[in-house]
Amino acid sequence: MRAIGIVLAGGNNHRMAELSQQRAVCAMPIAGSYRSIDFTLSNMSNSHIQKVAVFTQYNAGSLNRHLNSSKWWDFGRKQGGLYVLTPAMANENSNWYKGTADSIYQNLGFLTSSHEPYVVIASGDCVYKMDFNKLLEYHIDKKADITIVVKDMDPNLDISRYGTVQMNEDSRIVGFEEKPLQPKTNTISCGIYVMRRRMLIEMIEKCAEEDRYDFVSDVLIRYKDIKRIFGYKIKSYWKNIASVEDFYDTNMDFLNPDVRNYFFREYPNIYSKVDDLPPAKYNPGACVRNSLISSGCIVNGLVENSVIFKASYIGNGCTIRNSIILNDVYIGDGTTVENCIVESHSTLQGGRTLRGEDRLKVVVEQGDRYVL
Amino acid sequence: MVKKEMIAMLLAGGQGSRLGVLTSKVAKPAVAFGGKYRIIDFPLSNCINSGVDTVGVLTQYQPLRLNAHIGIGIPWDLDRNIGGVSVLPPYESNDSSEWYTGTANAIYQNMEFIENYNPDYVLILSGDHIYKMDYEVMLDFHKSKGADLTIAVMPVPLEEASRFGIMIADEDHRITEFEEKPEHPRSNLASMGIYIFSWPALKKGLTALKDQENLDFGKHIIPYCRDNGAALYAYEFNGYWKDVGTLNSYWEANMELIDIVPEFNLYEEYWKIYTKSEIQPPQYFSADSVVDRCIIGEGSEIYGQVYNSVIGRGVTIGKGTVIRDSIVMNDTVLGQGCEIYKGIIAEGVTVGNGVKLGVGEEKPNDTAPHIYNSGIVTVGEKSVIPAGVSVGKNTVIYGETTVEDYPNGYLDSGSSLIKA
Repeated sequence: MRAIGIVLAGGNNHRMAELSQQRAVCAMPIAGSYRSIDFTLSNMSNSHIQKVAVFTQYNAGSLNRHLNSSKWWDFGRKQGGLYVLTPAMANENSNWYKGTADSIYQNLGFLTSSHEPYVVIASGDCVYKMDFNKLLEYHIDKKADITIVVKDMDPNLDISRYGTVQMNEDSRIVGFEEKPLQPKTNTISCGIYVMRRRMLIEMIEKCAEEDRYDFVSDVLIRYKDIKRIFGYKIKSYWKNIASVEDFYDTNMDFLNPDVRNYFFREYPNIYSKVDDLPPAKYNPGACVRNSLISSGCIVNGLVENSVIFKASYIGNGCTIRNSIILNDVYIGDGTTVENCIVESHSTLQGGRTLRGEDRLKVVVEQGDRYVL
Repeated sequence: MVKKEMIAMLLAGGQGSRLGVLTSKVAKPAVAFGGKYRIIDFPLSNCINSGVDTVGVLTQYQPLRLNAHIGIGIPWDLDRNIGGVSVLPPYESNDSSEWYTGTANAIYQNMEFIENYNPDYVLILSGDHIYKMDYEVMLDFHKSKGADLTIAVMPVPLEEASRFGIMIADEDHRITEFEEKPEHPRSNLASMGIYIFSWPALKKGLTALKDQENLDFGKHIIPYCRDNGAALYAYEFNGYWKDVGTLNSYWEANMELIDIVPEFNLYEEYWKIYTKSEIQPPQYFSADSVVDRCIIGEGSEIYGQVYNSVIGRGVTIGKGTVIRDSIVMNDTVLGQGCEIYKGIIAEGVTVGNGVKLGVGEEKPNDTAPHIYNSGIVTVGEKSVIPAGVSVGKNTVIYGETTVEDYPNGYLDSGSSLIKA
């Protein structure tokens, strides 16, 4: 592959509410046994991008634990590798990353010391599958300076939290608005870009000189008329985890067999850190309907229309409905959980009822646990 | 100079013929177990959990699956700069080229491998037992007794003792005598096939007996050590240990995992069992599925009813299918409306719609009643069973079968249908 990869994983999002208090959005658990960054990293690995940097900043603890070895995505090679780059103190600069462009600027050495001609930049909070080789081919074919991956969204959907683009017949981007109040189109940017490495260095250096820090508004939008920026439209599954509702919907999408087949059974695979948990166990009283259960779980109660992440315990006489139970949750006997997202490592004592009435309820309870 | 205090030699070359068609194409240590594991995962995980980071795996019979599974040892953290896991097949040399003719002969042929690590102690393991054991504790025992050879033993009921090698030890745990499968056992301490040798003692025995045919630990090396005044000690182990050498014991060991609090508990935080896992997604249950008392591996899709069973990874169980008391291994696809009773279905099997396995009268198997018994239906790996047929008990099916192989759509109890 003629490209290196940059994964932007530093952001926080207040719409994630309590869920982002413990982790970066890129480390959000997805589909039972994955985290959102697995999708971008697997796509890069599967596209033979061998040298990948992950820029992290906000609440990177669980993300760093997840990235504790580059083996999981097959990056641990003599050539290339996975580099986790956090803001560092130096003589002339001890700032946090002030924005996406600034995070690239502060790690410009990663770009200048590489020799690959292209860079693929992707955010780490999206769920999708993509062959970046095809994107690069398209980019070269169009003689583009920058190519942005775009997708047509359902016109009825509120897209005011995305960047929207307008393209001409040749797919060149003629309009780009960030989080518009009244979007002119329903084509949005997926936060995945490809461009020449040298051009990125130039643009980022110029940004820094002018004290500009954001990649989208200070590079893409400012340069849209000067540079040839093209859109690469995808029709396949793509979801961005930007709010509690997105997070819930994306996980629930995996109850659909087509989505599961697309991600889990069709080539290429999505990789994740292996936890070596035993198989899930179902004791008498267990009843599971239209749900996903991950390894290491012990189920004694009813689970319906839910996604249960790894190593959770569901007690006797429990009812779990329309809910997401994250990793290592203990739910005591006789508990009812409906329309909830239960945060990792929570301990719910038995006999209670937790119900999201008109909207989802996020449950975070760190209590003493009766050890089995 | 490289120096390892203790290295392990894992005997994984045997066929395990009492597992019937399950070991037609794979060595016994590579047979799937407990929903996601293979039998060899248990000794390998025990090694790394005990701090033994150098393991030689002796392979001979059908090693391909085993080699692919072990690789460079990444799942067990046995990919090391110095040491780690090495697969040791028989090899050709100037003056001789022979297969491993016995357990100790296999070690003798790899003395150079052992010498490379300058060990003080050599741990001999076999790849066909299910247990969790801290070899470091056993080594401490070995050292404290000043033993030349320590044999791990476990107490068994006296009436079963005649099936094992029995050790007779004094109060100090020193072995005074031993007998192989005695008719009238004088002790209930059964050898588990786990030995720690002080390397000089083992080396002496192997060299002295190198010309012995079918050089075996139980038959030759241990008697030699005893006769030459070596200090033999019995290390008593009281945890769970199961030999899965027969179809019935293999079936039982799997079924024991699904007890509410199983005697062999895989869910404890410490002493994890590691395995190579390329399938990671969660398992899916449809709205009309039923699960009761079972364990299920990653990525399986359950549309039917599963009772009292162990299901592997990537298995599909069709709508309306009912499975009871069975073991289904990785990547097998069961069609819709099947009924399966007490089956052991190996990896990658395709079962058509409406198939019934394990029905009818019980009759002894016609070709190998000592292997296929206890009413179990055994289906070999990558077999195909056509839609609509019924199969009796104590039967075995292996290969791509078609409707013509089933007279009147029924394979009678006790029949063997082997096409591969």
